[in-house]
Amino acid sequence: MRSTINIAKAMVGPVERDTPPRKMSRRSVGEIIFFVAATVSFLLCMGTLVVMVVDLVQTSAGRLTWQFLSGVSSRLADRAGVLPAIAGTVWVTSIAMVISLPIGIGAAVYLEEFCRRSALSRVLEIAIANLAGVPAIIFGMVGLHLFVRWCGFGRSVLSGGLTMALVVLPLIILVSREAIRSVPRDVREGSLALGASTMQTVWHQVLPAALPGLLTGAILGVCRIIGEAAPLLALGAVTYLTKTPSGLDSPFTTLPIQVFNWISRPQVAFHHNAAGAIVVLLMVLFVLNGAAIVIRARGQRRG
Amino acid sequence: MGQALKKEGVHEIVSVADLNLWYGSHQALRSISLSAMTGEVLALIGPSGCGKSSFLRTLNRMNDLIPIVRVEGRVIVMGQDIYHDGVELAELRRRVGLVFQRSNPFPKSIYDNIAYGPRIHGERRRSELDGIVEQSLRRADLWEEVKDRLSASALGLSGGQQQRLCIARALAVRPTILLMDEPASALDPRSTAKIEELIGMLRGEYTIVIVTHNMQQAARVSDRTAFFCDGSLIETGVTSELFTNPRNAQTQDYITGRFG
Ligand SMILES: Nc1ncnc2c1ncn2[C@@H]1O[C@H](COP(=O)(O)OP(=O)(O)OP(=O)(O)O)[C@@H](O)[C@H]1O
Ligand SMILES: [Mg+2]
Repeated sequence: MRSTINIAKAMVGPVERDTPPRKMSRRSVGEIIFFVAATVSFLLCMGTLVVMVVDLVQTSAGRLTWQFLSGVSSRLADRAGVLPAIAGTVWVTSIAMVISLPIGIGAAVYLEEFCRRSALSRVLEIAIANLAGVPAIIFGMVGLHLFVRWCGFGRSVLSGGLTMALVVLPLIILVSREAIRSVPRDVREGSLALGASTMQTVWHQVLPAALPGLLTGAILGVCRIIGEAAPLLALGAVTYLTKTPSGLDSPFTTLPIQVFNWISRPQVAFHHNAAGAIVVLLMVLFVLNGAAIVIRARGQRRG
Repeated sequence: MGQALKKEGVHEIVSVADLNLWYGSHQALRSISLSAMTGEVLALIGPSGCGKSSFLRTLNRMNDLIPIVRVEGRVIVMGQDIYHDGVELAELRRRVGLVFQRSNPFPKSIYDNIAYGPRIHGERRRSELDGIVEQSLRRADLWEEVKDRLSASALGLSGGQQQRLCIARALAVRPTILLMDEPASALDPRSTAKIEELIGMLRGEYTIVIVTHNMQQAARVSDRTAFFCDGSLIETGVTSELFTNPRNAQTQDYITGRFG
């Protein structure tokens, strides 16, 4: 904030006659330092990413075959594949989204449209922001007790999905609230002035107008779920599977868990498998994030 | 409501008595008593911040949306005290349409903008909706300009067209009273002329209450004019008389441009 103001000041600087020249030059030195620091930070980030991806691709070079993508777990590294992990990821993500999206968007609508500015809304806002920052492993412990033991769902794909729904719920609520809040008041008033109820206004005007933001939130949620291993490890997901899940009560594994498992083995060949699985994971995330960007850009052009 | 209308006679379709309105502790309207006759165009003029919009928005209870607002007094619209508990807000707002100062089309197609009102009031038949859309757009003098692109986004229209679309949207639910809050303040002279022409066409068929900053506009479009100042109603009168021969010194100063 401060630096933005300084840059803005520096830009109008030459016109200000009463600014002493010494101060001017000190200001621009600060500006140069700031610029260099920002550039270095950026290059460090990008550099790390590039090195990581190049390394991964090299390590996994021989492994990214059709057989790897369609194979199941095996004790031999060059026979093992990621199909159960991909299927498990799809299962867990779908279950988690089917549960967390309606609940999350519903909660956001309630907070924004029905109890705005009330004390309750403020307390809930803080609680949700805190929940979003809670380490995912905690949700894993909750899931273990609540779903695996108490509900008796066992270490199934259903327990995994429900736990992941808990993990992303705060994120989905926060992003959905933002999307709903960004719908202009004019639109709401226009609808109410025609005699629409608050419910009709939300359903027919606010939610459609907020759709790009809601979709972005959903995709961010999916990305979070796909990359998360800790809660499922706490839950006790299986790591050696010769089948893909066939129902809600099937045992499951996901890509990050598969990676974790392969990396912790002594044989180097399994490490190459892990690299291959990471590349698959990255590709999926890349595509999803790309979709989020496209959707958001479309939404902005329309609105 | 329709029953009551017949019983009350056709004279005072809106009748406000001793209206006070507060935003928190700030009193924005002081003991206003003002009526609108069936079929007339009533103009509200006055300096900025004097409470014209606040008054207009009490007539269809849009002020309810602001949590800190408190209203006292009697507001009779079509024979019904609208601040009475049993009032159906949806029906009130259907019969008392509001056109906003800033045109606010929905981010939907032109067709859906107009059809939205009838749809939420239960009209589902496509042929019926088509008829309402065409008729409303014709009334708002927009049909010829948009008839070939009804499914295009309303946000692609010009400012003046958007405002006429909002008028058409308000007409589509067949209101009896039309409230307009400075409908032409953001428009160029040509679009303004168009809106004024439109008000002339709607006159008689609807009762129109219009807020305007533009004295000439008030003089051109209205039958009667009410002058507000500082939350109070200073003077009401037949427009031609109020502008040529104001009784109050404040009104005189305002319309001759000495303040405000
Ligand atoms: N939402 C609000 N909250 C608090 N005070 C408000 C609110 N809306 C209006 N007011 C106050 O009420 C008074 C009347 O406002 P109002 O908008 O009715 O004036 P106006 O005559 O329409 O002005 P303008 O010609 O500028 O539109 C002003 O003092 C304003 O500050
Ligand atoms: Mg106003």
